[in-house]
Amino acid sequence: MSELKLNPKPSWKELPIASIIPEPATSRFYKTGDWRSFRPIKDKSKCIHCGLCWVFCPDGAVKFAEDGSFPIDLDYCKGCGVCAEECPSGAIKMVEEVEE
Amino acid sequence: MAKRIAIECAHAASLAAKLANVDVIAAYPITPQTHIVEKLSEYVANGELDAEYINVESEHSAMSACIGASAVGARCFTATAGQGLALMHEMLFIAAGNRLPIVMTVANRCLSPNLSIWGDQSDIMASRDCGWIMFFAENAQEIFDLVLQAFKIAEDERVLLPVAINFDGFYVTHVIESLEALDQEEVNKFLPPRKIPPHALHPDHPTTWGPIGLPDIQTELKKQHDEALRNSKNVIKEVWKEFGDLFGRYYEALELYRMEDAEIAILLMGGSCGTARVAVDKLREKNEKVGLIKLRLFRPFPSEELFEATKNVKVLAVIDKSISIGGVGGPLFTEVRAAFYDLEVRPKIIGFIAGLGGRDVKVEDFVNVAEKSKKVLAGEKIEKDFMFLQVRE
Repeated sequence: MSELKLNPKPSWKELPIASIIPEPATSRFYKTGDWRSFRPIKDKSKCIHCGLCWVFCPDGAVKFAEDGSFPIDLDYCKGCGVCAEECPSGAIKMVEEVEE
Repeated sequence: MAKRIAIECAHAASLAAKLANVDVIAAYPITPQTHIVEKLSEYVANGELDAEYINVESEHSAMSACIGASAVGARCFTATAGQGLALMHEMLFIAAGNRLPIVMTVANRCLSPNLSIWGDQSDIMASRDCGWIMFFAENAQEIFDLVLQAFKIAEDERVLLPVAINFDGFYVTHVIESLEALDQEEVNKFLPPRKIPPHALHPDHPTTWGPIGLPDIQTELKKQHDEALRNSKNVIKEVWKEFGDLFGRYYEALELYRMEDAEIAILLMGGSCGTARVAVDKLREKNEKVGLIKLRLFRPFPSEELFEATKNVKVLAVIDKSISIGGVGGPLFTEVRAAFYDLEVRPKIIGFIAGLGGRDVKVEDFVNVAEKSKKVLAGEKIEKDFMFLQVRE
């Protein structure tokens, strides 16, 4: 993953014309996990590896790992709770984020 | 060599777009604009113009198609009027905000109700904040020249903004006039093919246009757009100078008529300027110090030029061919008054609403404006700072 070359808080002069984003796939650099107020916690002992969390995640924040598990990328998880709702084995719980 | 021909004003726009060698035309027919794109479709159909002519299902789609084509670097043209412009409204902002150099002619038409196909300026005035460069033309020559100039201005990399050229529906569009038409060689000398900007859409180097704009970016984006539109005036002047040097017709933001010692100035845009000139001549014969200011450039608004032109003017009468219902006057009038507010010495500015829904604005109407302005000049109080000129009580 290359470094983001764009200044996230540009002045109007620095802003690319019409704020056109000159390179593709820059949404990777925007860590939308900041928006989350509930965090999904997965109980690995209950997980049956069905992959429904991966199917349903609207943000692609659930990964499909080589070992067959489905880890959640908290950099991008917005905490919508769809995975917890859909999990047939009740392996995912939504826990309120607390300031540390 | 330039050739003098007789041409319908609408077709002067089509001819200029053809000579500009446009790549894409996307349009939907609407009176009184139809003749413009009808002629262009003929040019394409008979092989005189190598362009994509896209028949669309609405003006919203016409502008959308132009936006897509312009984003890949095509030179795009469209035309509309009245309800068509209103239906296009949303996409006008997208075109300008994405800095796409589309050129559009607007055959100014009244907005419904009642169903009026006739000319006034209420269509464009309702879209005046869309961030386009806007000109108002009076005759075939001006339309022809402005369309060619518009592409050059719009595509300049210091500008990159769409341009709308306005002219009255019917009173201008459907009139046959004399035109000094440039030939292809002359146009090519003035207007080279569009230079495709590095950020143009291309599968080999993807770019993202109009992404979500969170509150931390929108202010900068709008400031950038506003600066670009304001600064476009320098490029407009440059292009007008170049055009004048090449072809002998010089343009300015304002065209002044018998303003040398004028105490009363009538300010307006569009086709009625011709009638106003006749009225000014009549009044001058009676030694009335009346002059005419024709506003050709509406966006960016030429405040400085207007201040300079009215230095010695006592009463400035602004004619609007549209109305801001429930507002403080016609849109041009309120803008002019706002622009002058901070000047220590300024003329008394009064507004008149005339020519709604195609009602003919006659010489007598301008004489009436001058009479009312004379009363103001003499210190008489008028009932309201703006008034309907032709209304039956």
